[in-house]
Formats: sequence, C-alpha cells, structure tokens
Amino acid sequence: MVMDGTAQQDSPNKRAWRRFWRNRLAVLGSIALVLLLALVIVWPFLAGSDVTASPGDFIHHPDAHGETPFAEPGGAHLFGTDIHGRDLLSRIVAGTRISLIVGAVGAIVSLVIGVFWGAVAGYTGGRTDSLMMRVVDILYSLPSIIFVIVLITTLHGFLERWGVSSDWIPRLKFIALFAGLGAVSWLTMARIVRGQVLSLRTRQFVEASRALGAGDAHILLRHILPNTAGIIIVYLTLTVPAIILYESFLSYLGLGIQPPQASLGSLIADGSLQINPIRIYWWLLVFPALALVGTLLALNFIGDGLRDALDPKADRNAG
Amino acid sequence: MYFFRRTLFLIPLLLVISMVAFTLVRMAPGGPFDKERAPASPEIERNLKAKYHLDKPLPVQYAIWLGGVLRGDFGPSLKYRSHNVTDIIASGLPITLVLGGLAFAFALGVGIPLGFITAVKKGHWEDHVGGTLAILGICIPALVVGPILVMFFGVRWKLFPVALIGTPMHLVLPTVTLGLFFAGRVARLMREGMLGVLDAEFITAARSKGVPERDILLRHAFRTAVLPVVSYGGPLLADLMIGSFVVEQLFRIPGIGVFLVSSSLNRDYTMLVSLVLLYAVVLLVANLLVDFAYGLLDPRVKLA
Repeated sequence: MVMDGTAQQDSPNKRAWRRFWRNRLAVLGSIALVLLLALVIVWPFLAGSDVTASPGDFIHHPDAHGETPFAEPGGAHLFGTDIHGRDLLSRIVAGTRISLIVGAVGAIVSLVIGVFWGAVAGYTGGRTDSLMMRVVDILYSLPSIIFVIVLITTLHGFLERWGVSSDWIPRLKFIALFAGLGAVSWLTMARIVRGQVLSLRTRQFVEASRALGAGDAHILLRHILPNTAGIIIVYLTLTVPAIILYESFLSYLGLGIQPPQASLGSLIADGSLQINPIRIYWWLLVFPALALVGTLLALNFIGDGLRDALDPKADRNAG
Repeated sequence: MYFFRRTLFLIPLLLVISMVAFTLVRMAPGGPFDKERAPASPEIERNLKAKYHLDKPLPVQYAIWLGGVLRGDFGPSLKYRSHNVTDIIASGLPITLVLGGLAFAFALGVGIPLGFITAVKKGHWEDHVGGTLAILGICIPALVVGPILVMFFGVRWKLFPVALIGTPMHLVLPTVTLGLFFAGRVARLMREGMLGVLDAEFITAARSKGVPERDILLRHAFRTAVLPVVSYGGPLLADLMIGSFVVEQLFRIPGIGVFLVSSSLNRDYTMLVSLVLLYAVVLLVANLLVDFAYGLLDPRVKLA
C-alpha cells in the first residue's frame, strides 16, 4: 500500500473504516445482517396480526396452524411446515428476531456492567482494583450458567407467589433471561476495559486535564472511556453471538423461550425430535440450523473485521 | 504458598455457593412432591416432609445436608427416592468426566495444530482453509452439529450408534459434537498467540543467531504462543459443561448433566445443591490447575 499525501492526513477512524470495507468477509457479514434485520422487522407487518388469514403466497403468521403437518418444502410453504402445520419459514423469521433481540439486549447489559466495573477498578487502582478483579476471577471460575438455570426454573413460582398477573409472568421471565445472560457475560468486558483504563490514566492528556482542575468523573467519562470505545465495540460485536448461543442452549433445554414463541434454539430442538429411523423430516432441522449458523457467521465476520480494522498495529503497517 | 492460600480460599467459597443454591431452590415456591402421581393425603405429605426434614427451618435443613456431605453422604434424592444422590453421582460422574475429557482432548488436539499451521502459513491457502474451518467451528454449536451428525451418520448411513453408552464407538459422535466448537475457539486463540509471538524481538534475535526455523517455531515461539489457550482453559471447561447438558440429552447419555436441569425443575434440592457443589469443585480445581500451568509456562509470572 503506497502512502500518498491524502492518506496520511485522514484520521485514524477514517483509515479504520477503509480497512473494514476492504475486508470482503466483513462486508458480506454486514450485508447479510442488514438484510436479516430488514426481514425480521418487515415480516410482522406483511404477515399481519390475524392468525387465521394468509395474506401472501408464502407469507404466514408464525402461530397460524395449517391443515397439512409435515408438508415438504415448496409451494405455499417455502421451508415446509411443522408438526402443527405451522409455516416453518415464518417461524424461523420470528425465532431469528427473538434470538437477535436477546443477543442485543444481553450484550448491552453485559456492556453496562462490564464497562462500569472495569472502569472503576482500573481508574481507582490499588486495593479496590485488586479486590474488584479478584471478584471477577472468582466469578470466572464459577458455574454461573447453572445459577441462570436455577433462577429461570424458580422464577415462575416466585412471580406467582408475589401475585404478579399471569399476563406479565412470560414478559418478566423474558426480561430475566436477558438480564441473566448479560449478567454472566460481562466478565471479559470488565477485564478488557480495566486493562485499557489502567494504561490510559497515566497518559499525559489525562495529567493535563487533571492539572486544569477536571474531576474524576469528567476525566473518566470524557477522556478515558472514549479512548477505549474501539475495543469495547469490537468486544460487544463478539458478545452478541456468544449470548445468542447461550440463549439457544437454554431454549434447546426447554428453559429459555417458551412455546408458542419460538427461538432458533427451540426450533432446532423441535426439529431434532423429528429425526428417527422411520422418517426424516429434514427441513425441520436443517433450515433453523442454517439460520442460526448464518446469523452467527455474519456477526462473527463483522466482529473479526472490526477487530482487524481497529487494531493499532494494522494502522502502523499500512494506510 | 500461593497455591496453598488459594486452595484454602476454596472452602468458604464452596460454602457460599452451596448456600446460595440451597436458598434459591428452597425459597422458590413448589416442593419436590408436587408432581407425585397419587394426590397424597395431608397426613402422608406431612410424614414425607418430616422424613426428609422439610418441615424444619431452612438453616437446620442446610446444616443437616452439609453434615451429610462432610461424611461423604449427599442425602436421598427427593425425586428418585429409591436412590440416593451419592449413587446417582457415582454412576453418572465418570461418564460425564470421560465425555468432557475426550472433548477437551479433541479441542486441543485439533485446535492447537490448526492454529499453529494457520499462523505459520499466514496468507497462504493453508491459512484460508484453516481459518474458514475454525470460524465454522465456533459458529456451529453442539445443538446443530449433534442432530445433523445423528441424521447422517446414525440414521441414514448407520455408521455409528446414536444413543446410550456401551462401546467406544458410542463416544465418537458425542465427542465430536461437544468438541468441535472448542476446537475452533482454540485454533483462533492459538493463531493469534502465534502471530503475536512471531513479531517479538526474541524470535528475531533467535533467527539472527541462526537457530533453525523448526526449533524457533516449536521451542521458542510455541511456549509463549500457547499461553492464551492455557488461560482460556478455565472458561473452556465451564462452557464445556453447558455443552455437555445438551449432548447428554441429545444422545441419551446417562451422565449427571441431565440431572442438573431436571432437579432444578423438580425442586429436588438435595440433588441440585449437591450437583452445583460438585460442578463448582470441578471448575475451581481446574482453574487452579490452569493458573499453575500458566505459572510454569510463562517465565514472567512468579506466583510463589
């Protein structure tokens, strides 16, 4: 790569963006993710809220029960139908939407906890730092997902006892799922942020700001955290697929998303029940599996692309 | 000395973990006898509760359970009342450990060489093929690999048995199912570690002294490059454990992972708290070993 005059004058962010768009897989992943988001957002409007109506040739309501269970893919049902005659394509779209929401919200929960914990530990330093990081070390070595499982399985009873109305119980369980998955995924974020803050707080621009009379909160929020944004974004994009994976495991075990709602994990679980020596309803397994793998691939490609683009080493080597 | 202190610290930690699990499951409404077939008369239920100490205050219940554990008796299972928890653990734990150990070995055995080769041949076709395999590995979770392997190798081509444990052949599909994701993770960590090391000055120094390339890669670079993989060992084991719940359920393997999910749903608190404690011990000890290995491998770390 020849360094010409204009390239040198570009800001590091601009150079990072250019590197990102030159990465073929990352671009492919971004396009796939945008298409996927458009599909899951537009689909409910196309399908309408009426469970009985069939508004389009192959667009159906995810909960609409049809007359032909286990219809092969093709015709009105592009991906076939399931045991209740529901259209698999629309169920996959609904499941992908839930998986993406869980991934995004869980990642944000982990971001908030992780950044707060890491920033406070790194900025304060000393005994507070070592105590807070010791907590992270301990939590790292604990079977925290087991506590999520115990929490989710016992929550229903707690909510009933507290007299929560039955309309709200599924919603609160849904929120508990987000919070639980985020709460077990913040540890790496805290470690990364703490390391960054630790090295940034002794830099000269921080000293300068302090000499000018800035308070701790101002220094942390205005000067230090913006400088860690790159690595936080990279790690955030890699947390989303990790949480989607956790959610699909829980749903596979019957602990996550409850029927009639579908997530990709519960669809795969339903599909794998239909694999037996007598008849193989392959579409019930293959299509949800492809949707999950495709979503995870797109997110990982984007995360990898961002990491390579924002890597300061890459900035030194080429424009 | 450092490791002695760390080991001592495990004791209060395990107490807290078991207490939290116990409190959560005992505070939750619903008891272990809710799903019994015959609706028991109040008297029978009272007797049942008295027999298993459920009528006593919570701290007393916890103390009774803990006292049993210290004597090596995890108490009776409240769901499978003809068995006690110790028997169930004794029959299930070895199976779960063998499966987890095989998957761990598979992940390292496939992941480390793959990551090593892709780093050394960076930019060549080996890197592209290996990198694609590694990212496919981390994007194809056990719950996808398992059913698909069963569909082709078990049901359609009938090459491998698909359920239960009997012969070593029974372990092939579960091991691959469980290990594939982690092989991908390990390969990516190994590649990154290796690329970072190959830029380091001590490698350049070794090259300029005329050390053969083979020795540089295997002796000098590998030892440092493998450190990210070692420090991933702890989280890897924790994730392996979640994967094993799915794999045990999918392949109908009589390990202890299945019991963890079901005992939580059934409020079978003796079983649940015992299993949580067991998993915690396994993970904490594994993490201790990981840190120990790290100290041995990394010359910069002195823990003694």
